[in-house]
Amino acid sequence: MAKVLVYIDTPGDNLHKTDRELLTLAGRLGDPVVALFGELTGGVTAELGAYGAGIVYQPSTGGLEELLVAGKAAFLAAAAVDADADAVLLGNTFEAKEIAARAGIRLSSGVITDAIAVGNDFTATKSVFAGSYGVNAAVTTGRPIITVKANSVEIETPQGGSPPEIVPVQVEVPSAAARITGRSQKAASGRPSLDEARVVVSGGRGVDGNFGPVEDLADALGGAVGASRAATDAGWIDHSAQVGQTGKTVSPQLYISAGISGAIQQKAGMQTAKVIVAVNKDPDAPVFEIADFGIIGDLATVLPQATEEIRKRKS
Amino acid sequence: MDEANPGLNIAVLVKHVPDTQFDRHLDGDHYTTERSESILSELDEYALEAALQLVEAQGGDGHRVTAVTMGPTAAVNAVKKALQIGAHEGVHLNDDALAGSDASGTSRALAAVVRHLGEIDLVITGMASTDGETSLVPAQLAELLELPQVTFASSLELTDDDGGRRLTARRESDNVAETVESALPAVVSVTDQINEPRYPNFKGIMAAKKKPITTLSLADIGLDASEVGLTGAWTRVEQAQPRPPRSQGVVITDEGDAGRRLVDFLAEQKLL
Ligand SMILES: Cc1cc2nc3c(=O)[nH]c(=O)nc-3n(C[C@H](O)[C@H](O)[C@H](O)COP(=O)(O)OP(=O)(O)OC[C@H]3O[C@@H](n4cnc5c(N)ncnc54)[C@H](O)[C@@H]3O)c2cc1C
Ligand SMILES: Nc1ncnc2c1ncn2[C@@H]1O[C@H](COP(=O)(O)O)[C@@H](O)[C@H]1O
Repeated sequence: MAKVLVYIDTPGDNLHKTDRELLTLAGRLGDPVVALFGELTGGVTAELGAYGAGIVYQPSTGGLEELLVAGKAAFLAAAAVDADADAVLLGNTFEAKEIAARAGIRLSSGVITDAIAVGNDFTATKSVFAGSYGVNAAVTTGRPIITVKANSVEIETPQGGSPPEIVPVQVEVPSAAARITGRSQKAASGRPSLDEARVVVSGGRGVDGNFGPVEDLADALGGAVGASRAATDAGWIDHSAQVGQTGKTVSPQLYISAGISGAIQQKAGMQTAKVIVAVNKDPDAPVFEIADFGIIGDLATVLPQATEEIRKRKS
Repeated sequence: MDEANPGLNIAVLVKHVPDTQFDRHLDGDHYTTERSESILSELDEYALEAALQLVEAQGGDGHRVTAVTMGPTAAVNAVKKALQIGAHEGVHLNDDALAGSDASGTSRALAAVVRHLGEIDLVITGMASTDGETSLVPAQLAELLELPQVTFASSLELTDDDGGRRLTARRESDNVAETVESALPAVVSVTDQINEPRYPNFKGIMAAKKKPITTLSLADIGLDASEVGLTGAWTRVEQAQPRPPRSQGVVITDEGDAGRRLVDFLAEQKLL
């Protein structure tokens, strides 16, 4: 069986949804083993065992965390060699892609990003050009290193399994690295994260400073809140909510676009959503060209009415 | 140029990419990008602007911003645009053997160009190329050049330390904002949050005509052709299908009940 190394970064008390997706995928492709950066808690150890991870590799060297990307990449590459991994899977955040990039050079291995599916031969499916092409790509040299987009794998509930063996990995601390000298945590919204959410409600310039109607609808649907760059640039909402070419790429079951014109850079981040709903005052807004259900109207009245109706039907 | 403030040497990597405003295509046996309607990658304009602002903040003269591109003959247009905007000189790596390079091959080639340029304080790139969108190149360059990586910077500042210049950057992810510090030289990538890129003006367009552009081949930078192009690629696109464009669905005009009709639609689609 192929040995598939899953990279997990700072899980905290529980695995993240994307970690569970990667472990499920690794279990389908072969025997999962884990390269874990950060603290390994009891809960996470048990869960890793349940997902069938035989071995958990951890750096035996301290001080890697302060070295931007370089430290984590050196650890992952060393773990892949120690494990003699046939393939490496990571999440698809900006940082995970960078870790994959550097590990790729260290391991002389090809890297494929943004995968939405991985086949038994480790060929990956992804979309390019803002979702206008579907592509199958293969790694031809080294151990395939693949970063997998969130929401690509149906998580299988793990079946028992014994606790994994914990193996320390010697890592040579990279000498040329930038240092992280400060960290400030952003306030948590309590909503699902944009990458993982099944429903995303996004607001644009049309919300005119008030994200209330967008947030209320998102909450009624149990979804995440997104935004266009016009809205994040205006400072109405944190930049991390931006959907599009230079923000998040999301592929939820449902994307509701409110007060967003639908510029190409916005479409790049959302047009692979299963169902798209658009609310816009302007009948000529390009977003209607890709919407499954479009409403020409004022979001300030349409959204609250929808929210109220959902609450009514749910109660 | 004076001792205390030696000239700052910055290489800005600019890519010539298909214009996102037009339909884009993958072509030929190896599904490479069709590049007829191409421009300087929008995201690399932020990298150039960051370089120009760093130089301006230093004051004095003797600074040098070199725009570097790798690509076929037409790619020199990305360099020309950068010269019009304000870069001082251009370098174009152009070699038939480069066609079909993947991220690793591109990184090896660009790393060899940077080494060839000699004394460089900063290599600045965009956050992603608007065609490949992998964001792999900056991190791979740092690994290959054995330089500190300061990527996805949304602000940049150079300070003077006893030991020389130091770089401070801000880097943001979903739930945390980081402050990052590095010695020079370093590889930097910047996001579209960092600045507002300037446009070329008439003076800049005229001045650009006199700025030097050096064309380099693989032999010039001492890189073997087997390291790049399709032969040097570590990944391969096996298949590419254009996705049928999304078709337009139903569009209604709000007559006072559109919110409820939206919920009807969601219920029909089993999305509630
Ligand atoms: C390099 C680069 C990268 C970019 N990256 C991104 C990106 O990642 N994501 C992104 O989104 N953009 C991005 N952009 C910006 C993009 O080009 C557009 O400018 C932006 O998406 C516009 O945002 P908007 O639709 O909210 O604003 P606008 O284009 O101003 O549209 C606002 C819309 O709201 C409608 N409206 C107004 N009031 C109401 C109301 N009361 N009810 C209903 N509708 C109303 C209007 O009819 C209009 O259609 C990028 C641009 C560049 C150059
Ligand atoms: N062929 C190229 N020529 C010059 N710069 C490039 C090239 N490819 C990538 N880059 C640089 O690397 C950055 C990230 O590109 P990518 O990793 O392809 O998403 C771009 O914004 C450019 O600054």
